[in-house]
Amino acid sequence: MKKMSKTTRSNLITYLMVIVIFAVVQIMVSTGHVSSLLQGLLVPLCAYVILAVSLNLTVGILGELSLGHAGFMCVGAFTSAFFSKCAVEAVPAAGVRYFLALLIGAAAAGICGILIGIPVLRLKGDYLAIVTLAFGEIIKNIVNILFIGRDDKGFHFSTKDSMSLGLEEGGKVIVNGPQGITGTPKDSTFVVGVILILVTLFIVLNLMHSRSGRAIMAIRDNRIAAESVGINITKYKLMAFSISASLAGVAGVIYAHNLATLTAQPKNFGYNMSIMILVFVVLGGIGNMRGSIIAAIILTLLPELLRGLSDYRMLIYAVVLIVMMLFNWSPKAIEWREKYSSRFRRKNGKSAKEAA
Amino acid sequence: MALLEVNNLGISFGGLRAVNEFHLKIEKGRLYGLIGPNGAGKTTVFNLLTGVYKPNEGVILLDGENIVGKKTIDINKAGIARTFQNIRLFKDLSVLDNVKAGLHNHYKYSTLEGIFRLPKYFKVEKAMDERAMELLAVFDLDKEADTLAANLPYGKQRKLEITRALATEPKLLLLDEPAAGMNPNETKELMETIRFVRDEFHMTILLIEHDMKLVSGICEELTVLNFGEVLAEGNTSDVLNNPEVIKAYLGE
Repeated sequence: MKKMSKTTRSNLITYLMVIVIFAVVQIMVSTGHVSSLLQGLLVPLCAYVILAVSLNLTVGILGELSLGHAGFMCVGAFTSAFFSKCAVEAVPAAGVRYFLALLIGAAAAGICGILIGIPVLRLKGDYLAIVTLAFGEIIKNIVNILFIGRDDKGFHFSTKDSMSLGLEEGGKVIVNGPQGITGTPKDSTFVVGVILILVTLFIVLNLMHSRSGRAIMAIRDNRIAAESVGINITKYKLMAFSISASLAGVAGVIYAHNLATLTAQPKNFGYNMSIMILVFVVLGGIGNMRGSIIAAIILTLLPELLRGLSDYRMLIYAVVLIVMMLFNWSPKAIEWREKYSSRFRRKNGKSAKEAA
Repeated sequence: MALLEVNNLGISFGGLRAVNEFHLKIEKGRLYGLIGPNGAGKTTVFNLLTGVYKPNEGVILLDGENIVGKKTIDINKAGIARTFQNIRLFKDLSVLDNVKAGLHNHYKYSTLEGIFRLPKYFKVEKAMDERAMELLAVFDLDKEADTLAANLPYGKQRKLEITRALATEPKLLLLDEPAAGMNPNETKELMETIRFVRDEFHMTILLIEHDMKLVSGICEELTVLNFGEVLAEGNTSDVLNNPEVIKAYLGE
């Protein structure tokens, strides 16, 4: 029972941290302390935080390395943007439309996760990393050659150019190859993003501390032993991987509904992005959701906050990376942290006793 | 009917005949030992019994049901649990969670019930906690329930592995060199634990061991393997006095 309350408390701290950060940012925005440039960064930031948490489910809890997380985000972004653009007239209520877009984006990314996971999760080691890396690039390139138009007769597909769609008069090009999707309704707001962060945390943290989460972590720690106690390896690996993928899809939905023009470039959906998310996870601490959130926030905002320092900007960024790395992973730092936290805990225990 | 009956079991790895015409019969409630020199194929037999390897030929009857060709997880569900020569715990999980992972197939609720914390989650988790603590108390590990498995001392890690195996409610428990790396005192304690498990849980136990003191101390029957074949079998004292067995162990 004591253990339960400990994990519950830790989860509550994580939720509370997100809410406090949200409140602080809202107050700063309303008092005019946040530049418009930073304000524009708030919605993508929510997407990055969700990406970091969802990748941490694959890397930290399942223990598999995925380098294609941006690919799942891309799937979620484009399917949902496609839906929203088509449904602008059919579903005029923005809230309902956005909710449906979220479901569609998450489902599409989740299905991709299952399709990739089925063959690859049976393998051990680095295969998953390589295949997911390839997947991310393939998705990005497919989106870049995809042309979809719509007229009175229905949908038209092409992989050549928008002319070969053969649209009738009055038909509209929805997905325009490298030019992407233009005119997606801008439904994402900072509030919605934060709510979705909380939902993501709710799903991931509750999964971690349930029967299925225990099975997933057991597989991570020792596959052979997990099998020997009757845990279905493929099922639970696939479950963790597809949940992680569909949450990345949710991040893609947020991201897509914040842009006037959604295009698939190496910068936003390429492996640079995937590596960036992995950096959030590694720096925040593998398996540590709260750390992922903090790392995603710091590393997204830092380059913007340091803009005034121009030349020294990237230098400071790199130093922060190294310091965070040392703080998280060097044995001496871990030792120091444990000592510090145990002393802190003892003090707390004492004061609790005195109070009683 | 014997609980476990193995006949004509064999497996080759490439050109190497690792196990040949192996047979074994264990009655319910027995403490049975499988011994033999290094490389004789003892662990291979365990891996065949638990479905890690598929035998080239032979039958394995557990309670009259042939389990050859089944997957490891199905064999566990059918009633065989094991420990490993080199300890395989879920080392980043707490001691309690290790045992709860063992309870996986006996206390169920769906993933959605877990994520949305429906009433069934609390009910089943509570029952799991109680059962796991009960098992841990038997092995005197209940005080360490919150410790990470990796931080337990060696002897307790061995005990935890046995606890986790018992949590899957097996009919037959396989112990692969449970006393490896233990000092005489720990071995003595382990012998008592094994005997206790047999009596308390009415368990049938098959163990691989090199420590002759342990083998002669607790095993009622033995099978001796040498070069993948059965060299001798029967009563412990008879087998240990068999000149061929002595020759295989000590040389001429």
